[in-house]
Amino acid sequence: MDLKDLYRDVIVDHNRNPRNFGKLEPADAHAEGHNPLCGDRLTLYVNLDGDRIRDVKFEGSGCAISVASASLLTEAIKGKSRDEVKALFDDVHALLTRHDAAVDPAKLGKLAALSGVREFPARVKCASLCWHTLNAALARSSEPVSTE
Amino acid sequence: MSAVQPARVPAPELDVARIRRDFPILDQEVNGKPLVYLDNAASSQRPRAVIDAIREYYEKDHANVHRGVHTLSQRATDAYEGARDVVRHFINAADTKEIIFVRGTTEAINLVAQSFARPRLGPGDEILISALEHHANIVPWQIVCEQTGAKLRVIPISTTGEVDYESFERLIGPQTKLLALAHVSNALGTIVPVERFIARAKALGVPVLLDGAQAVAHGPIDVRALDCDFYCFSAHKMCGPTGIGILYGRSELLEAMPPWQGGGDMILTVSFEKTTYNQLPWKFEAGTPHIAGAIGLAAAIRYLENIGMDRIARYEQQLLEYATARLATVPGLTIVGTAAHKAAVISFTLDGIHPHDIGTILDTEGVAIRTGHHCAMPVMDFFKVPATARASLSFYNTFEEIDRLVAALEHARSLLS
Ligand SMILES: Cc1ncc(COP(=O)(O)O)c(C=O)c1O
Repeated sequence: MDLKDLYRDVIVDHNRNPRNFGKLEPADAHAEGHNPLCGDRLTLYVNLDGDRIRDVKFEGSGCAISVASASLLTEAIKGKSRDEVKALFDDVHALLTRHDAAVDPAKLGKLAALSGVREFPARVKCASLCWHTLNAALARSSEPVSTE
Repeated sequence: MSAVQPARVPAPELDVARIRRDFPILDQEVNGKPLVYLDNAASSQRPRAVIDAIREYYEKDHANVHRGVHTLSQRATDAYEGARDVVRHFINAADTKEIIFVRGTTEAINLVAQSFARPRLGPGDEILISALEHHANIVPWQIVCEQTGAKLRVIPISTTGEVDYESFERLIGPQTKLLALAHVSNALGTIVPVERFIARAKALGVPVLLDGAQAVAHGPIDVRALDCDFYCFSAHKMCGPTGIGILYGRSELLEAMPPWQGGGDMILTVSFEKTTYNQLPWKFEAGTPHIAGAIGLAAAIRYLENIGMDRIARYEQQLLEYATARLATVPGLTIVGTAAHKAAVISFTLDGIHPHDIGTILDTEGVAIRTGHHCAMPVMDFFKVPATARASLSFYNTFEEIDRLVAALEHARSLLS
């Protein structure tokens, strides 16, 4: 286990200076993610243009891995369609959990910096929290519009 | 060079090098570095004497207890009941019938909640706890309050992590039916001056339960001197096995309580019309117990007593003082829990570095600490932190290991801040 694999420069940078950090008001959908084990908590906001993610922001607090992962997520999904986001989620999930993952680093772009996480099983949840939160937000936005 | 003088290493109270040889698990490398085990508040390690006692029991003496006339059953029963007397002596209880074997602190508290508190409580009644409790001393009371309509009241703590006595005096009253307090806080290290709280409760006729999970391994306990009604602890935090713990209860109270679980061992006679219950302590021990666990616990107690609980307490105070002074030299480090009287448990945060990252980085240096909320989420809320890192020390830890901790924290800072 090499720490430098986990805390790559990209991760350290996105932890120190998270991108798209803050609240979207109004937001088409938002969801909260919580990892009770370590106390990570984040809220993800999305605005949609039909099927596409027009804007996304997040706020909250957490460890370097969860903050950096959320920050990278916001950069990666902007402008993508739901299907493209779903495909990206599958790739990230494989990257985080499978040693034999045949994921194309070119497809993942900066998200590939998360590949060191799989050597630290206790930290996989930190990296995937924002993705599960995104899924929850997107699922919610496809529900019938509430009067809330 | 730092201007801060390194803390002086005192002459240790114990021959720690020798003690460490008794713990096979300590002699290993983790991630290529010698293991530094500083997660003793979560669970301590076992000396060979405990491992051997359990192995020998299974290799030579195992059978079920209290039921066979054959030799092995008699041996197992003698060992199991002998362990009960070792526990009785360890906490200075008056009688072995006051020593109930349970799964651990959590089960002990649940037993008292369901068997003692529940039948006595109703709307208008209150249970009093403090704001530094472990979830195990919160949730069972919330459940019993839901069942009975009673109310849970919470004594606030100060910013140093001390239970506020003046608030306690205001909160306790004729409506209070039970006071349940941690003896030592697992999240903050505070040694609660329970004697003072108990004296006041007793004057008002309020029964008192102490959660001793973090206290028993770190100094002498005398339940009669404490004058508490219930005392709960877990073997695995005092060098014994997991899955076994103790509920001590004053016999008058235990006698009056209904059984908690029904089954074998807890009965005298059973018919479909009427069942009569066994005497104490077996009334509360339904089913085949954790026999090997009890034997392992007795071996752990003998081991600790052989070193001496007073000496263990003194040495751990030396470790605490040294660690507190050394950690103070780490820039950006804040200790959470700064009570005047503390056990060797140090919770802390590091500016700009989440505890979870600290835990991972320290682990790669071979240093095991706990990070998270320590099953005390209200404590984290009070100090407005999502989590802390916690180093909890035991008598087999050394001053050098504290230096390793500090060096690993410096490493974390260089990586992430
Ligand atoms: C203060 C305190 N109370 C209760 C418990 C629960 O003990 P167990 O999990 O052994 O039942 C713990 C263990 O973490 C503790 O530290």
